[in-house]
Amino acid sequence: MRRFFLIAPPYAWLLLLFLAPFAIVVKISLSDYALAIPPYVPKFSWDEGIGAYLSQLDFENYIFLTEDDLYWKAYLSSFKIAAISTTLTLLVGYPIAYGMTRVPSEWRPTLMMLVILPFWTSFLIRVYAWMGILSSEGYLNQLLLWIGVIDTPLTILNTNSAVYIGIVYTYLPFMILPIYSALERLDESLIEAAEDLGCSRLTAFWLVTIPLSKTGIIAGCFLVFIPALGEFVIPSLLGGSNTLMIGKVLWEEFFSNRDWPVASAVAVILLLLLVIPIVLFQRNQQKQQEAEQ
Amino acid sequence: MNKTSWFNVVSLTLGFAFLYIPMIILIIFSFNESKLVTVWAGFSTKWYGELMHNKAFLDAAWVTIKVAVFSSTIATVLGTMAAYVMVRGGRFRGRTLFSGMIYAPLVMPEVITGLSLLLLFIGIGLDRGVLTIVLAHGTFSMCYVSVVVSSRLVTFDRSLEEAALDLGCSSSEAFRLVTLPIIAPAVISGWLLAFTLSLDDLVIASFTTGPSATTLPIKIYSAMRLGVSPEINALSTIMIAIITVGVITASLVAKQQMVRQRREEQDAVRS
Repeated sequence: MRRFFLIAPPYAWLLLLFLAPFAIVVKISLSDYALAIPPYVPKFSWDEGIGAYLSQLDFENYIFLTEDDLYWKAYLSSFKIAAISTTLTLLVGYPIAYGMTRVPSEWRPTLMMLVILPFWTSFLIRVYAWMGILSSEGYLNQLLLWIGVIDTPLTILNTNSAVYIGIVYTYLPFMILPIYSALERLDESLIEAAEDLGCSRLTAFWLVTIPLSKTGIIAGCFLVFIPALGEFVIPSLLGGSNTLMIGKVLWEEFFSNRDWPVASAVAVILLLLLVIPIVLFQRNQQKQQEAEQ
Repeated sequence: MNKTSWFNVVSLTLGFAFLYIPMIILIIFSFNESKLVTVWAGFSTKWYGELMHNKAFLDAAWVTIKVAVFSSTIATVLGTMAAYVMVRGGRFRGRTLFSGMIYAPLVMPEVITGLSLLLLFIGIGLDRGVLTIVLAHGTFSMCYVSVVVSSRLVTFDRSLEEAALDLGCSSSEAFRLVTLPIIAPAVISGWLLAFTLSLDDLVIASFTTGPSATTLPIKIYSAMRLGVSPEINALSTIMIAIITVGVITASLVAKQQMVRQRREEQDAVRS
């Protein structure tokens, strides 16, 4: 009985404020847009009965999403941007995580702290910091012009490149930490054995270190890829008008066009697309936990 | 393991430079005299002074702090309960759904969480304002708290709880006298995490707020859309300073507590 009182509050809270809202999103994605407050019909009411309500439903909004190529282009481009940025984050993050396991162990907590600290700092501020760096009269262009590498300022802000930089920068800790914890557990004698058996250091790294840190790499990639897919702040501040990302489309559909049914349909599809990577991620985590036991 | 090669040194240096130089530039230029952020025109603290007189920012900061305190407290209570249930609760009906609902918000895109909560609030006719942001933030931060707390619950020695029960404690006494003190550092860091998540959130707050409550991130975001300005640099610097001091203090306290606790646990085992 006491256990019931412990389970019930968080359970009820999540049912009401996490699960029920999704049901509502699905419901509204099947409604029609209307000039009203709230801007959709039909509104569900019990006295009309479920039959009458269901008869008014259609998949019009979903059909609309397939007809207007803005939407599927936005999904595709979000996928592309998330995939490219995840790869870049891995390329930047792996050497850092690897380096962290190579320094004397008394330094590691400090380095760890330095990796985590930006994560606690406001996301908005970290994205904003790049606006000053990347703009056409920004610090990067000033530096490059001063060195003489370029004659005319580069346009980086408001392009997809700026979005890549923003995602790599803000999600880097999510990549470093799982890889670091996988590398830290790695048994050094395995690499020595490989080297003794005639591997060069690079081959040993490729054949031993990388495969043994695989779970960390996979976890890191998902931790970057999944949130990057639905990212809104980075494309809206660093991206340009032709940066298409689904988070931004949803936001604009909702706040600018006030078309709630279409926004809901966009959300439902995004969620369905996310189910696959989320399930893969969970499986990877489970495998890792089993391996530890 | 201590074979630091030049490659490691270079990659660490470049990596940490990449992480920190943008912040350092931002801080330096908050002390810039000129209105043009990218041109240095001498040292000045005038933007901080102007910030202190910007009533809109101060009001928004106050709303944000209120929301963060309430939502993180709710999140800590519910999240700790959820973690306890997940780790110690054994099997119960609907456990899979429960664990799914705890982990899903961690990876859910904010735009979806925000949209769905807004539609719920409108559906049940709740006026949007501070209360709705608190409810929304409480929901997603409780999941973070529960992850932090359950990782501590998993590692601690269960025999201590059992010993307390054997020695005549009721199960609630055992929780209060043994379990809670041991997981306290995790509960506190969960609260801090929830607090910063709430301070930081733009997307969910934008969806769930009404005209009566504007939080600082909403205010900052709308200013940022107009471009770089020294006032935002100053505001960002203040926020970075608070967070840095907070995180470093918290981690020192947690470290001290960990050391003490380890010793006590060892003493308890030995005697």
